[in-house]
Amino acid sequence: MGYPGWARGSRGDRVHNMTSILPLTIQGLRFRRDGCTLVAIDEANIRKGRRTVVVGPNGAGKTLFLKLCHGLIAPSEGSARFTLDGGIVAGRKRHSMVFQHPVILRRSVFANVTHALGMAGHKFFERRRRARETLERFGLAALAARPARVLSGGEQQRLAIARAASLEPEMLFLDEPTASLDPTATRQIEDLLRLLHEGGVTLVMTTHDLALARRMADDILFFNDGRLIESGPASAFFERPSSAEARAFVESRLFW
Amino acid sequence: MFHFAYDGDPALIGIVLLSLKVTLTALTCAGIAGLPLGAALALARFPGRTLLVVAINALMGLPPVVAGLAIFLLLSRSGPLGGLGLLFSPGAMVVAQFVLVLPIIVALSRQTIEDLWSEYAEYLRSIGTGRLGAIPTLLWDGRFSLVTALLAGFGRASAEVGAILIVGGNIDGFTRTMTTAIALETSKGDLPLALSLGAILISLTLIINAAAYGVSRLGARFTG
Repeated sequence: MGYPGWARGSRGDRVHNMTSILPLTIQGLRFRRDGCTLVAIDEANIRKGRRTVVVGPNGAGKTLFLKLCHGLIAPSEGSARFTLDGGIVAGRKRHSMVFQHPVILRRSVFANVTHALGMAGHKFFERRRRARETLERFGLAALAARPARVLSGGEQQRLAIARAASLEPEMLFLDEPTASLDPTATRQIEDLLRLLHEGGVTLVMTTHDLALARRMADDILFFNDGRLIESGPASAFFERPSSAEARAFVESRLFW
Repeated sequence: MFHFAYDGDPALIGIVLLSLKVTLTALTCAGIAGLPLGAALALARFPGRTLLVVAINALMGLPPVVAGLAIFLLLSRSGPLGGLGLLFSPGAMVVAQFVLVLPIIVALSRQTIEDLWSEYAEYLRSIGTGRLGAIPTLLWDGRFSLVTALLAGFGRASAEVGAILIVGGNIDGFTRTMTTAIALETSKGDLPLALSLGAILISLTLIINAAAYGVSRLGARFTG
C-alpha cells in the first residue's frame, strides 16, 4: 500500500510457521465491579485471520472486553482463553494491544520500539534490526530520531500500532484506533491495519464508528449495556440485525 | 566595603574544593542508592509501606545536628563503626551528608515514579513488564523530573553545617568546608572572609542549579 519496505507475506509466513494461539474462546465470561456486571458473554469465538470489530455505544463494555481478552484484568467468572495458556508461545506473548490513548514513552520514536522489543526479551542488535524494519514497513522511518511525545495524534497512533506490530503478535487488540483522529489520519490507520491483516495478523478492534466498522469488519460483536447481543459475519449484522437493539444501533437510533 | 580578603588564596581554594568534593560524593552515592530505592518504594506493595513512606517523608526534615550526633556516636572510637577510623575525616562528612540527602532523594523520586507509573502501568503490563521490571523504564523516562530530586539533595548537602561540623571537626586544611568556615569566621568576627565564602557558596549553588535546570529543560524539549 505504498509503504516502502513492506514485504508482504514475510510476517505472515513467520506467523503460520509457529503454533497458533487462536481461536480465542470465550465462555461464561463475567466481569463485575461493585456488584454491577459490566461484561457478560456466554459464548463467543474469535477466529484466526479474521477482522473482528466490537461495536456498541459508549459504556457497553467494549474496552473491558478487550482488556479481559488481553489478560490485563481478570474475569470474575468464566474465561477468555487462547488455545495456548496466556497466548504465550516459546516464552513470548503472541497478542498485543493498542490503547485508545496510547502510552508514548519519553524517548525517540526508535527507542519506543526498541524498548518494547527489549521487554519482550529480544537482544540489543536484534531489537535495533527489528525496530528499523518496523519503522520502515510502517512509513515511520523518517521520524525515527524524533522525540515521540511531540508527534501529532495520528503519528503517535501509527507509532503505537507499529510498536505493537514489531512484537509480531498473532492477534492485535485495538481500542478505538481512530477515535479523535481527522479523516486523513483515520485513513492512514486503516491502511496500516489492512497491511497487518494481509500479513496474517488477526485483528480485534473496538469502535463506535459504524462507517469504519462497515469498511473493516469481517465479523461483528455487538455489545450493549455490558452484554454481547449479537455476533457473526459483518454482512449479516449490517443487513439483517436480529435484535431490536442492533437494528436501532445500525440505524443510528441508539443514542450514545 | 568588604573585599575578598583571600582572593586566590590556596587555603580558600582548598576549602571550596573540599566542600564540593564532600557534597558531590555524598550526592552521587545518595543518587545511586536513592533513585532505585525511591522507584522500588513507589512500585512495591508490602505491609507497612504507608508507614515507611511517611517515615521517609519525615526524615526529609531530619535536623542535621541530630544526624551528626548519631553518626558521631556510630563512628567514635568506642562506637560500632569506630574501627573504620572515619571520625574527623572527610569520609565522615560524606557519610553524614549521605544520610541527610538520601531521604530527600528517596521521597521525591518515589513521588515522581508513582505518578509516572500511573500513566505507564497499563502499557507496561500489556508488554509483559512486571512492577519491579518497570523500574529502569520509569527511572529513565522520569529522568528530567528526577533532576529536581537531585538538586534538592544538593541544596540540602551544600547548605548544611551542623552535621559535618560534629563529625568532621572543622580541622583547618583537612575537614574545613565553606559552611563550617563561615560559622567559625563569623564567631571569630572575621566578617569579610565569612562574607566572601558565603558569596562563593551562593554563586556555586546558583551555577550548579542553573546548569542542571538548563540541561533538563533542553533535554525535556528534545525528547518531549
